[in-house]
Amino acid sequence: MSESSPDNKPEDPESTAPTVRKLSRRQMLGVLGIGINALAGAMIAIPIIGYIIAPASRRRMDKELAWVSLGELTKYPVGQTRFATYRNPTSVPWDGDTADVACWVRRMSTDQWQVFAVNCAHLGCPVRWFPQSGLFMCPCHGGVYYADGSRASGPPPRGLFTYDYKIDAGQLWIKAGQMPTLSDMPSVATVGKIKGGTCA
Amino acid sequence: MRLIERLKSVGAWFDARLQLGKPVREAATHRVPRRSASWAYVFGSASLTLLILQVVTGICLALVYVPAADGAWGSLQHLNQVQTFGWFIRALHGWGSNFMVAMVLLHMCQVFLFGAFKYPRELTWMVGVLLLVLTLGMAFTGEVMRFDQDAYWGLGIGAAIMGRVPLIGGQLVKLMLGGPIIAGETLSRFFALHVFVIPGMLLAFVGVHLLMVLKLGINEWPVPGRLVKRETYLKEYHEETLKDGVPFIPDAFRKDLVFSGITILAVIACAAIFGPFGPNGPPDPTVVQTSPVPDFFFLWIFAALALLPPNMETFLLLVGPVVGIGLLILLPLISGTGEKSWLRRPVAVLIMLIIIIALAATTQLGIKSRWSPHMNAWSSAPVPEKFLKGRTPVQLQGAIVIQAMQCRNCHALGGEGGQRGPALDDVATRLTEDQLFRQVIQGGGNMPAYGKNLSPSQATALVSFLKTLHSPGQRPAENSALVSTSSVPKGP
Repeated sequence: MSESSPDNKPEDPESTAPTVRKLSRRQMLGVLGIGINALAGAMIAIPIIGYIIAPASRRRMDKELAWVSLGELTKYPVGQTRFATYRNPTSVPWDGDTADVACWVRRMSTDQWQVFAVNCAHLGCPVRWFPQSGLFMCPCHGGVYYADGSRASGPPPRGLFTYDYKIDAGQLWIKAGQMPTLSDMPSVATVGKIKGGTCA
Repeated sequence: MRLIERLKSVGAWFDARLQLGKPVREAATHRVPRRSASWAYVFGSASLTLLILQVVTGICLALVYVPAADGAWGSLQHLNQVQTFGWFIRALHGWGSNFMVAMVLLHMCQVFLFGAFKYPRELTWMVGVLLLVLTLGMAFTGEVMRFDQDAYWGLGIGAAIMGRVPLIGGQLVKLMLGGPIIAGETLSRFFALHVFVIPGMLLAFVGVHLLMVLKLGINEWPVPGRLVKRETYLKEYHEETLKDGVPFIPDAFRKDLVFSGITILAVIACAAIFGPFGPNGPPDPTVVQTSPVPDFFFLWIFAALALLPPNMETFLLLVGPVVGIGLLILLPLISGTGEKSWLRRPVAVLIMLIIIIALAATTQLGIKSRWSPHMNAWSSAPVPEKFLKGRTPVQLQGAIVIQAMQCRNCHALGGEGGQRGPALDDVATRLTEDQLFRQVIQGGGNMPAYGKNLSPSQATALVSFLKTLHSPGQRPAENSALVSTSSVPKGP
């Protein structure tokens, strides 16, 4: 600390003749200091880690999936695939447009439906429906799917992701709330099944 | 002059308290090997200069930028069009980012070629690898700050890659996105990373990197046959700098100064001429009429993702970066002594060249991205007239089918259309009528099967048109089995 001039060496008078009692008291103080700071550090660190990993917590994920309406059934003619959008069930005002999610609704018969996530199963780019050829095509790496969502060609490892749906009060409802990836189906919180790893 | 005396005494007042004058003077004038005061040694200092430019322009942008999902895009438009010099600061930051990635890579190549990672500078190299990773992290999070369509779907690709991690993939996706979908919290998270976390680490590690350069000295010019030995290197280096050294400032520093200045001028020129990057379309996920493309330095990944065999894609995506960065970090431990000169390290030079060529080639492929269908070709690129002349009505009907069924999104005709599949200009010379039918109906080889979506008459018309696609001088393909039966007796 004090090395401003070499001839002014700081001599601690107590360090020249240490006694057992004094040393242990100092050690006590040192241990106490470390202990208090470790405690304080943990009390800061645990909430911070919990705060950061909160989006991945199981408790929060269970709440995120909810039934959302895609509107009147009459919007979707039998035998056709139509574009639909919905507001993500969990959203904050500053999400802006990003909380508006798109999907493809295929009505096979009056009560048979398929609702596909717009995200390609390869790397999540938005697939587009071409009614003339009956294909979904992805603009990124050329994944192609048939009308029923099954993989036709290209790099996708599987078919399109589908939402769970139900018909209620004359409307089509889908269970939505998360971006589909190979780990997460759009309607099922797969991660919630894995034990442990929840935060404070 | 009294004024100078005055200033000197003020300086002395500060230095008596700060006591920085002596160490700074020593650092500035420390002796470096004469040949190291070379134009080959200027890339590191230029990277640092670019980092400073990025910090300054970044702080300027933060004065106006709105790090919220519903406001970011609008604030970028405001910067581009309303704010005085906003477009120029954005352009400087964007081009500065490209230059910085390039400069860091150049610096790395030079250090690798000159064997500068060897004893005793192993840790300097390892920290340098970390700095490269952090620089790329800045580039990716910076692309997210430009919160437009490409940023949105780029995040989607990042999330999809995370989602491939076994067991904890889903949680990693949500951790990365700050929620179950790409939305407000995602941008806030990436803003914190781009503005606080990564720059903080970057500056800290740059400090460590520079400290080690000062403590260990700048690498001497490698001489073939002069081997690095742990026992003698430090002594030899010290003697060389004493015998044949020059003070870093001003002798070596002049070239750094000139090159840094030229680099910044180049950034200014690019910014002024080419302007800022984007933002392109707003980040509205319900606009699916988009073809996301990553920024330049990630094009090679874009290409690799399209060209890797699907069955090993997940493995390579997840293990590749870990192994690659791991090998880079471990390099000085694998080859920490011995020959430094590139003239005596053919394997190292070859490996570097192969990596550079591979990156350049995949980047080039990424620019062309032949695997991406041209989503509008079916409606915007009509069948060229020369393919329609003298065709029968059925064949012309087939030409309509080829447009209406989006074939052109993947197949070019007359140079227009997608390049995912082969061009059809002379398809009749490659496939016989039967093969054409089979390919159209059953698909295969990256082509979807059209069996369900073509009526028999449409399929017949399509194939009869495809059969006409060969130049006048070429014979159409024939079934060799049928042809050969006349001359060769039947056999196995």
